[in-house]
Amino acid sequence: MRRSRIEGVARLLGRLRDRTSQFVGKRGSPRARRAGLRLAFFSPALFLIVLFVGYPVIATIGVSFFDANGQFVGFANYGNVLGSPDTININGFPKPPPFGTLINNAIWIAIHLPLSMFLGMWLALVLREVRGAAWVKAAIFIGMVTPLIIGGIMMLYVFDGAIGIVPKFFASIGIRSLASGWLRPTTLLFGLIFGSVWLWTGFSLIVYSAGLTTIPKEYWEAAKIDGASTLRTFTNVTFPLLKPMTIVVVTMSILWELKIFDLVFGATSPNGGVGGAADVLALQMYRQAFVQFDFGTAAAVATFLSLLTLVATSITIRYMVKR
Amino acid sequence: MVRLRLRTIVIHLFAWGLAIGWLFPFVGLTMAAFRPLPEIVGGWWNFDPFTPSFTKFVSAFNSISFGFRNSFLIAVPATIIPMFVATLAGYGFARFSFPIRDYVFLTVVLLMTIPQQMVAIPIFRIMVSLNLENTLVSLVLLHSAWGLPWIVLFMRNFFSALPKDVEEAARVDGASDLKVFFKIVLPMALPALAAVAVLQFMWVWNDFFFSLLLCPANPSCMTATVALIHTIGKFEFDPGLLAAGSLLVMLVPVGLYVLLQKFYIRGMIGWTVKG
Repeated sequence: MRRSRIEGVARLLGRLRDRTSQFVGKRGSPRARRAGLRLAFFSPALFLIVLFVGYPVIATIGVSFFDANGQFVGFANYGNVLGSPDTININGFPKPPPFGTLINNAIWIAIHLPLSMFLGMWLALVLREVRGAAWVKAAIFIGMVTPLIIGGIMMLYVFDGAIGIVPKFFASIGIRSLASGWLRPTTLLFGLIFGSVWLWTGFSLIVYSAGLTTIPKEYWEAAKIDGASTLRTFTNVTFPLLKPMTIVVVTMSILWELKIFDLVFGATSPNGGVGGAADVLALQMYRQAFVQFDFGTAAAVATFLSLLTLVATSITIRYMVKR
Repeated sequence: MVRLRLRTIVIHLFAWGLAIGWLFPFVGLTMAAFRPLPEIVGGWWNFDPFTPSFTKFVSAFNSISFGFRNSFLIAVPATIIPMFVATLAGYGFARFSFPIRDYVFLTVVLLMTIPQQMVAIPIFRIMVSLNLENTLVSLVLLHSAWGLPWIVLFMRNFFSALPKDVEEAARVDGASDLKVFFKIVLPMALPALAAVAVLQFMWVWNDFFFSLLLCPANPSCMTATVALIHTIGKFEFDPGLLAAGSLLVMLVPVGLYVLLQKFYIRGMIGWTVKG
């Protein structure tokens, strides 16, 4: 017992020595040269990442603590951002938009995540039995390769009162309130969210489809033989089997929804629509920095947004790094 | 039996109907691009009269052709550089061990999740101080660096799944790390690199925020996506012209997807789902 423990420690020490000596071996020894060469594998990537990603991230955090005159203000910029009606504007709810950027991002997640996820999942399941499924997938996936800025521009051709098909559709079935153009404050946000579902559903469809090919069909056949209902099969067989895919889809979707920028820019303007009805955090940052030149506030918005993305990722990151 | 067939028919009708419905926005855009404005106000689904023409594509291309040139000049090097650099690093992370390796790797991966806005202000200042604002080089550098985290992760996962036998045999025969990498590893990685190339090229081509940040109004570096908004969207607003320009800009990524679908999907899946 004791002996094996000593042996274990010795083995550990030996391994540690082997590892460190790769880097601190004697000068000119083959080991040291080898270690130097190995550094060459990493250095170009680390140089570019540190200079153009790592340093800017830290510098942005720094900028977020200073006001427009270069005066250190601590967390005041964060207080201003979170206290501003640009960010959160729900006094007297229920009320018409704008609700503020943070709330709009939250609404975006609340509607877009379940819609795109379940639609993609359901399609992936159904398409296993459909002839020409590859064509259906391709049609739905085109949204994923379309530049998001053009996705935004296309919203005009979908929701505009004169040339859009959606208002026309609601007019033809007699729903008056949705029959005029959707690019007005009350409907803009929801129009863009549905538009983004249209663009993004391809992602969950492809991920679930790929995942399903790795799961044997016997699971569903067994459930069928046991006489399980459709709902029960879904909750007890399908959904648990698809969990790894769901983790990926949920993470990537939340990141996408938090970072959304081009779509709103293309569909409206840098102002996030009439009175900011569809304004989002990323757009708010752009406007603060490059329209109003208030870098401190802009950096605070960016840092806050990054914190949200880190929280979303931290839970799932370990699933994405292959051991 | 009959019930089963009915179910199959319903599923097919629904799936095919959905696919066609999904394409409607593209049809609307195409109609607006091909037909004169009076024909589409009132609805592109009215085909009386129907007089399609290419004139809007011609004038849209003439007003943003410089954007296409710039986007290619940025996207090609901004695909090749990070691919090569990240493959080296990805291989290193998969094969060499050193004390803080996993922490360095995790940090790199976490950078993948950061929004572009998080680097915007310092990047702008760096480019100004390097005298690179309003140049193609600035966008090549930024996109190269920005693509690195996901390509490093992708390639590292690829190499981790690759058996080591061949490499080890070569090492026993006295080949150096670099020789092993260039002669043995790189050729095996070609399919993965093809997937990376398609995805990275498409992301750079489709990018809007960085292009707007580093070159908002200068024709010598303005990308196609920015030119679309800046040139066609801003002045003489013509929905037909905007639609034609949008279709032209889209043509590149959609065409790539159609031609290289296999690699694109493989890249997308490998990047997110392990296995």
